[in-house]
Amino acid sequence: MTQTNVKLKRIADAVELEVPDRVPIFLQPNYLPAKIAGLTYRDLYYNQDEYLDALRRLLIDLDPDLFLPGDTPVVAPGPINDLWGTVQIKWPGHGIGVNVSHQFVEGEYMKQEEYDHFLDDPTDFLIRVYTPRIFKKMAGLSMLPPLINLSLGCYFGAAMANFFSTPPIAAALEAMQASAKTGAEWTMKFSRFHQEMAELGIYASHAATAMVPFDIISDMLRGMKGSMMDMFQVPEKLLAAQEKLYPSVLEGAVQVAKVTGNPRVFIPLHRGADGFMSPKQFELFYWPMLKKLILDLIDEELTPLPFFEGVYEQRLQYLAELPKGKVIGWFDRSDLSQVKVALKDTMCIAAGMPVSLLQTGTPETVKEYTRKIIDTAGGDGGLIMATNTVLDEANPELIKVWVDYTKEYGRYV
Amino acid sequence: MSQKLLDAILEKKDLEAVAAVEKMLAEGYDPNKVLATCQQAMEIVGKRFEEKEFFLPDLIMSGEIMKKIMEVIKPWLKDSSDDKKSAGKIVFGTVEGDIHDIGKDIVIFMLEVNGFRVYDIGVDASPQKFVDKIKEVNPDIVGLSGFLTIAFDSMKKTVEAIERIGLRDKVKIMIGGGTVTEEINDYVRADAYGEDAITAVALSKKWMEEK
Repeated sequence: MTQTNVKLKRIADAVELEVPDRVPIFLQPNYLPAKIAGLTYRDLYYNQDEYLDALRRLLIDLDPDLFLPGDTPVVAPGPINDLWGTVQIKWPGHGIGVNVSHQFVEGEYMKQEEYDHFLDDPTDFLIRVYTPRIFKKMAGLSMLPPLINLSLGCYFGAAMANFFSTPPIAAALEAMQASAKTGAEWTMKFSRFHQEMAELGIYASHAATAMVPFDIISDMLRGMKGSMMDMFQVPEKLLAAQEKLYPSVLEGAVQVAKVTGNPRVFIPLHRGADGFMSPKQFELFYWPMLKKLILDLIDEELTPLPFFEGVYEQRLQYLAELPKGKVIGWFDRSDLSQVKVALKDTMCIAAGMPVSLLQTGTPETVKEYTRKIIDTAGGDGGLIMATNTVLDEANPELIKVWVDYTKEYGRYV
Repeated sequence: MSQKLLDAILEKKDLEAVAAVEKMLAEGYDPNKVLATCQQAMEIVGKRFEEKEFFLPDLIMSGEIMKKIMEVIKPWLKDSSDDKKSAGKIVFGTVEGDIHDIGKDIVIFMLEVNGFRVYDIGVDASPQKFVDKIKEVNPDIVGLSGFLTIAFDSMKKTVEAIERIGLRDKVKIMIGGGTVTEEINDYVRADAYGEDAITAVALSKKWMEEK
């Protein structure tokens, strides 16, 4: 068997809850390659070639089975953020230090009273109200006429062209046009990079990402506080907005997965964690859509890769409803033995190493913890070794110890 | 009437709660008594959160209701009741380089309903900002919050800055948030790591008793 086939089989065995030749390793480099190569975090946003070289060196050196794709830390390339005037994130060197991870600036970018506009005509709302708010240089789009006027067809030509001549609208259109080349280049380079790595048997964990509708509303539109108040004040609108968003979430993920040939679909989960909502609220506002998304992706013969950030111990009984051997559940701080007991016949568990230990531990403590993870959750397969979060500030020497020791102690045959 | 207000807050019915307050004030209730009912409600909210009967959305919604009630009640209050004795003073912030505030705000909410006076210095707070506030208010406890792994070093620097001004022995320092673990407590040389808001309250109470 070739090296790439060995790895594909290893991953497939783990996902299907069969016993692989050894525990597969899923690496989350994120900003780490920059630190090792003497680049700044900002370079990830502006200096794609050097960053990809650094990531390539790290991946070849550690030779994991899966890795979090290179574009994960780059929410959108720096030049595009500059051209559009992005306000929803602070990125390295812009609002935060050059060596500080990007961070989201949460806000109520859609007001509660705007649900009706969104529900009535989401595209019109998103183009004329939301986009001008989240990109400063798109402010002009708010001056566009209601998009339903396009129903006037060719009769609307002169009027529309006249709108395009309005300086703020023209400026927004120019900003979009100016970003086109960068967007195409970045996407192409990442895609080539992931292809190149796959040929070496180092696979990007995913190409497609799908957010559950509640998280889109909470993260991007209403803000956490807004979405949580909506649970009490306008619950029916909160649910209707989720229904409205769902088809595009599924369609987008399936399309990217099929085009790239990477079957795994990343589902980063934000507000469904224990503590973020009551079990009752989880049952009403979160689980139905999450479950539907996972099942629909499985129907498309894809492998959902939900990231259960935070603690999901109160949710394990729901997760156990999912079909066997079809999902990779990446866990953050949930108790690993509880997760294993609840889900050993359901899903492959990606979990284990706290990044805090890879940052401050010793080779001995790292090895000891690695052994504990494999003993707890890997005895009969169904485990992918991963960290609980991204490696950004971890100690490269300890990462090497962890990866090497997993390859040694994690052998089944 | 007080019971109606209490129930409205606990059921997170904002309009009903505000209407109850307005009615009570119009009928000549002592505004301080209305406020006391609200405080009683918030204590129950805190308790239910501890007992995992209430969750983050309940905290947020009841916090919002309180804000609305305060707007109504403020003009009726003659003097600020802010000078009542607190359970202890705490300077609290998210450390430098990190702008996450959810965890910080939950902990502060729980500390406040438990009677602590909390000085919230916000997010991305530099060691100097902590030091300045500590010098200004002379707290019993300092709380360092952070979500990102980068926060570990910021926490360490903040503790070192407090050491440098010679106030390390005067305050207890607790840390917590997203990726923080027990190991990080040793790394930053804080006094304790707390996994959640409940632990933060328990630690603060314990330290105040030991004083």
